[in-house]
Amino acid sequence: MQCQECGKKVATLHFTKIINGEKSEVHFCDGCAREKGEMIPGTANGFSIHNLISGLLDFDPQSQSTLNSTSKPTLHCEECGLSYAQFSKIGRFGCSSCYTSFSDRLDPLLRRVHGNIVHVGKVPRRSGSDIQAKREVDRLKKELKDCIEQEEFETAASIRDQIRQLEGKK
Amino acid sequence: MGHNNFFNQALSEWMKASGPESDIVISSRIRLARNLQCLPFPILASNEHSIETLNRIKVLLDSEDLNEISTFELLLLDEMNDLSKRVLVEKHLISPALANESRNGAVILSENESISIMVNEEDHLRIQILHPGFQIKEAWDLCNQIDDIFESQLDYAYDEKRGYLTSCPTNVGTGIRASVMMHLPALVLTQQISRILSAISQVGLVVRGLYGEGSEATGNLFQISNQITLGQSEDDIIDNLYSVARQIVEHERAAREKLLSESKMRTLDRVNRSYGILAHAMIIDSKEASQRLSDVRLGVDLGLLTQTNAQALNELTVMTQPGYLQQYAGEALSPDERDLRRAELIRSRLAQH
Repeated sequence: MQCQECGKKVATLHFTKIINGEKSEVHFCDGCAREKGEMIPGTANGFSIHNLISGLLDFDPQSQSTLNSTSKPTLHCEECGLSYAQFSKIGRFGCSSCYTSFSDRLDPLLRRVHGNIVHVGKVPRRSGSDIQAKREVDRLKKELKDCIEQEEFETAASIRDQIRQLEGKK
Repeated sequence: MGHNNFFNQALSEWMKASGPESDIVISSRIRLARNLQCLPFPILASNEHSIETLNRIKVLLDSEDLNEISTFELLLLDEMNDLSKRVLVEKHLISPALANESRNGAVILSENESISIMVNEEDHLRIQILHPGFQIKEAWDLCNQIDDIFESQLDYAYDEKRGYLTSCPTNVGTGIRASVMMHLPALVLTQQISRILSAISQVGLVVRGLYGEGSEATGNLFQISNQITLGQSEDDIIDNLYSVARQIVEHERAAREKLLSESKMRTLDRVNRSYGILAHAMIIDSKEASQRLSDVRLGVDLGLLTQTNAQALNELTVMTQPGYLQQYAGEALSPDERDLRRAELIRSRLAQH
């Protein structure tokens, strides 16, 4: 098989990536792979998670065409100045505000990486007590619904009281 | 405690204790990624920013709650030579990124080296707990406790929707990476390992080598950790890893039984042959050393070899790494010299038992 980049030498590096069932293959000769610093395991540049993220971010055909055009305004983080293009290149955010600045584009990325977009785990104790209470209320409301469906009205009543108490605290 | 121990002792104090299932699960690790509010992440931080980060975190060294857990020592990466940094990496106390790329990087180590808190790595704060054997839940409890202590005095970057905000989107949410280091020689010998590893990747876990991301699995040591950090609670993530690792332990045990019942002579030959090579070789590279050490460890675990013990082998696994070898020799060594020194060190250690 010939190298798909230079078309001259024999391809010695074959790399298959499958993202959400979509398969794509690359075949490069040694030289071209090194030159491109491609995301192929075993090459000098290695294969890091950051390359993979850049790969994920590249899926939007529009973003590729905007790389060279200056007509379209680029998205920047207001706080640290990191542009979305830079982020997709290095695969890392510059500051916590990047999450807000790029929030519109993050859902597809996070869904690809984690299969989820919303945090459900630990809440900081000191600064997050409001969030904790809100979560507790949400949890109790769900429980309340289950109890009513199963006609356990006595438990339901006590859960309702708990919810009132928590909401009253605010 | 002089901090010389951090560099001169190959085996961390915490590794000397034995944990549950320690014939298969070498160690359990929890790492939490945290960032401080209103400071850019280390990747974009200026010198002033990173000093500010370090100063804010340093305050915690005086925390009574923290000192109740252990005494801690702060080490600045800028004050260490390359060899010392490498030794800490080989002992898993700091990451290669902290050693090589950080600006004003620092590490806060507990006396027994079970707790290591990295400052100015990819994130402002990386809290790591290492426990011997299969103690992933215990490690999480301790990590959680330390996280609470830090949070009581520091404002973390936290978002109601996204959770703990991290520099890399692969860590956002819980910021947790839970992992177990497993020695799986029988699954490798019975050729079941690739089937098991591919099954692991389908349940949201990843397998890496001894030294994490990008490292090869040498010496039949596999590090299994969670991939997903967002949308699952810490307890769910740990339960998932725990139950998968528990099953792998069972499979490895069954495979070891099978080796004993179906090919005992072959196994005896293998472990004794490797012991012989380690005990007598004059030149040995690190790859061969780790493979032979794995064979001998299997022999010890199966009761086929009594000339050495698990602790000596754990120690040799670290001691035969390039950085430690040079630290031990007190000078920089070429790869050829290292192979000589490595063989010498292994011979003398094995002769002690």
